Amino acid sequence: MNNGKDHLIAVTGLKKIYRMGDVEVAALRGVDLNIERGEFVAIAGPSGSGKSTLFYILGGLASATAGKVLIDGKDLAGMSDSERTRVRRELVGFVFQKYNLLPTLSALDNIGMAQFIAGKPAGTEGWFRQALDLLGVGHRLQHKPRSLSGGEQQRVAIARAIVNQPALLLADEPTGNLDTENSEIVLKLLRDLNQKTGQTILMITHNPEAAAYAHRTIHMRDGRILESGA
Amino acid sequence: MTNKLVIENLKHRWVRTLLSAAAVGVQVTMILTLVGISFGMLDDLGRRSRGAGADILIRAPGSSIISLSTAPMPEKILDFLRTIPNVAIATATTVQPMGGTNTVTGIDLDAFSRMSGGFRYVKGGAFQKPDDILIDEYWSRQYGLKVGSVMKFWNREWNVCGIVEPGKLSRVFLPIRLAQELTGNTGKITSIFLKLQDPSQTAATIAAIKQQLTDYQVFSIDEYVSLLSVDNVQGLKWFIYVVIGVAVIVGFLVVFLSMYTAVLERTREIGILKSLGATPGFIVGILLRETVILALTGSVVGIALSFATRWAIMNLVPGSLTQMIVPNWWPIAAGISLIGSLAGALYPGWKAARQDAIEALAYE
Ligand SMILES: Nc1ncnc2c1ncn2[C@@H]1O[C@H](COP(=O)(O)OP(=O)(O)OP(=O)(O)O)[C@@H](O)[C@H]1O
Ligand SMILES: [Mg+2]
Repeated sequence: MNNGKDHLIAVTGLKKIYRMGDVEVAALRGVDLNIERGEFVAIAGPSGSGKSTLFYILGGLASATAGKVLIDGKDLAGMSDSERTRVRRELVGFVFQKYNLLPTLSALDNIGMAQFIAGKPAGTEGWFRQALDLLGVGHRLQHKPRSLSGGEQQRVAIARAIVNQPALLLADEPTGNLDTENSEIVLKLLRDLNQKTGQTILMITHNPEAAAYAHRTIHMRDGRILESGA
Repeated sequence: MTNKLVIENLKHRWVRTLLSAAAVGVQVTMILTLVGISFGMLDDLGRRSRGAGADILIRAPGSSIISLSTAPMPEKILDFLRTIPNVAIATATTVQPMGGTNTVTGIDLDAFSRMSGGFRYVKGGAFQKPDDILIDEYWSRQYGLKVGSVMKFWNREWNVCGIVEPGKLSRVFLPIRLAQELTGNTGKITSIFLKLQDPSQTAATIAAIKQQLTDYQVFSIDEYVSLLSVDNVQGLKWFIYVVIGVAVIVGFLVVFLSMYTAVLERTREIGILKSLGATPGFIVGILLRETVILALTGSVVGIALSFATRWAIMNLVPGSLTQMIVPNWWPIAAGISLIGSLAGALYPGWKAARQDAIEALAYE
């Protein structure tokens, strides 16, 4: 059995219980998961099966109730709030279904803000310039999100997520709000990104066609992982 | 980068930004106008007191520096004072209310003219008939009175016989005898003014007077003017404090509300920033910077508005109020509004910092 050294992500016995007053919701009931560096993995499963919750924990947005979560050799379980803030800043990049760009800032400034928060000098280094060209949004950077199409916004969001070269890119239904054409563009982008830069990507999706872009698909149900396909 | 976000946030909800800044501005103006009027009135009173041309001022025992009520002294004192060496002119005035806070000053026109160098008549001239009064230009402007106009007080009609340049003691004058008779104060006076042959001997003369009039308040005019300060006017300091307090509370509430709604409507954005790895301090910092900009913009607006209130006072009620522009209070008023505003941003900031990122991202 691997001890996590060879894996970018090594999760064992992960549990998450949400408490709302007296009510407890067990969102994750013991998840084991290994992801190798450079993998592009899709996660599928019915609504409420705990996919987003798993992402929030992997991305340091939520704390685990029990279990072990190693990312890049760091154990996220038992981290303090400020340590998890550092994980978000340095280790992961998020892409959401609803794009989640800052509406008052231009596309470029959205990306710059991610760099600023990570303490990196704003600007577009050589490789990132290439990534922007790859994403096909280089010419729309001065616009505010409002005047960009959904597909463009999502591409900017991807650019923002990778600008600090995170070890892990987490995309939660990135095509959920997009039409077929734009979905295809975004999915191809993610695949290119994975192939050309070796970016490790985890992507939640309900859509089998979208999942087909990944190397393999993990299925979740009731807070557990069912099987992992090749 | 942070500043960009701060500016864009403020621009995004520019109506709220303008209203908040305006509210802070009103708060600053409230302070600057009140303080300006306090200083302005006292300064004006000092100038007018000097304008009487006297070297020494005598007031009744126990009377306050600025009294609207009469605290009468017997007129006979004048005879005694004229026997003191170095006293060139001794003349008395009465100050009596004509309704509201306005007063009428009774003077001995001849003696007062000799002492002050005489009124400069803009229109008309000295008292002729028994119902004649003199007013100054400010009074004339405020109430729209001309020579020949009628003023009513003490259940009588008065005829404006002359309009004088402002700056000599008071704004409305009538002969002292008449003032005494009509108010049942025959033989009683409010203040005594002395002009000396040798003003350099003022201190010695005051000492000589005090030997006889032990309980009386005898001031050199310089000393009297220096006593015309906010601290020496009963209750004025507290009145200013109360108004400042009210202003701070208003500013606090406006900024509180403004920042609170900002935090609520930015729930998702705060979640986004957190997902990017922003610390709670970063998020609070953005709100505080917005608050500082609101407070500083508001202060500039408030300072500008205080010029507007002064203009309005000068044009509408120059006879009743005088407002000074008080630049040394600008940083104080700005500081007070800044503190009130930052206090208003504390709770919204705390709420933003504590906001759960996941819930925030799920927020519609
Ligand atoms: N903040 C929360 N507080 C309480 N319960 C929550 C919270 N977030 C999620 N849950 C619950 O945890 C379970 C898993 O939710 P989660 O969002 O992870 O599912 P999901 O697989 O992402 O679903 P979907 O496909 O609809 O996005 C659900 O039962 C959900 O109601
Ligand atoms: Mg989900």
